[in-house]
Amino acid sequence: MSRLSLFIPLGVFALILVVGWFGFSLDDRRQMPSALLDKPFPEFAAPSLYDEARIVTRADILGRPTLVNVWATWCTTCKAEHAELMRIAERTDVQLIGVNYKDDVAKAQRWLADFGDPYDMVVVDPDGVLGVELGVTGAPETFLLDGEGKILYKRVADVNRRIWRDELAPRLAQLGIVEKDLPERGGR
Amino acid sequence: MTRSIPVFLLAICSAVSAWAATPVDVYHFDTQEQEARYKALIEEFRCPKCLNTNLAGSDAPIAQDMRRTVHDLVVGEGFSDQQVRDYLRERYGDFVLYDPPFEPRTYAIWLVPIGLGLLGMVAIFLLVSRARQPAEHSLDAADRKRIEALLQDD
Repeated sequence: MSRLSLFIPLGVFALILVVGWFGFSLDDRRQMPSALLDKPFPEFAAPSLYDEARIVTRADILGRPTLVNVWATWCTTCKAEHAELMRIAERTDVQLIGVNYKDDVAKAQRWLADFGDPYDMVVVDPDGVLGVELGVTGAPETFLLDGEGKILYKRVADVNRRIWRDELAPRLAQLGIVEKDLPERGGR
Repeated sequence: MTRSIPVFLLAICSAVSAWAATPVDVYHFDTQEQEARYKALIEEFRCPKCLNTNLAGSDAPIAQDMRRTVHDLVVGEGFSDQQVRDYLRERYGDFVLYDPPFEPRTYAIWLVPIGLGLLGMVAIFLLVSRARQPAEHSLDAADRKRIEALLQDD
């Protein structure tokens, strides 16, 4: 046995460390890259929350940068997220589309009446069919689309101030949407 | 403290029954072949929201939706198994497939275990063949003299 071979176990250990480090750092399922990233937002047809007879399609939401936010009244994280969505709606010209996911229409309408409605349009997906089409696994999830409807970014979990600052605002700035300089209204 | 024991037992019972309950959906199939394919497919995919449970074994709402989607694709749309796989993979990514595809991006995860296996076999082969060789201890003239001297001392 040469003296160098004594270091083989150390080398193997270091290899396990390195592989483990990379392996476990990839294990965050929320970081799971959306299969739809950089692909066009899927075609859909879903009724509006306020008028069941009105069917909203993909063509209706194109034309300008858009956030598509999947939410529900049963989703507590959505409540936490709501204030940030209100802030984004107030301070930017981004189009906000809500997808009311596996929810009750009356409850959803009451929620928006009670807490404010940040959305330009809300469509309903009562049984999660649109959700599967979008590759959604729960709520909240948020897609950022450019004007042509390409998915630039997807957030699984809430859009909070940090996500806005680090992920959404820079991408929207590239699309020409900047935050207006309004006085801060309390909140977070 | 004693009052909390029944509560604790109840909690255990409900946890066990929740674990034992298998989700049951009632679906209509035109043929037995469709039903068999449906069952095989929902066994095959991983629930995207769960910790390593397949679609068949998960109670998560998203797994229910995906089972319904698989049923609709198989019965309603007449998709082949591969088309169903592609459909779900397009939307939920490689995560829903337990077996990642063999692509340049995934060469490492497929090939490293095989490579390590080969390496291990080589290592064992070398160790064994070395162990089989009798160790040679060559004595030079000085050693022989010392041994003889020691033996004669006895």
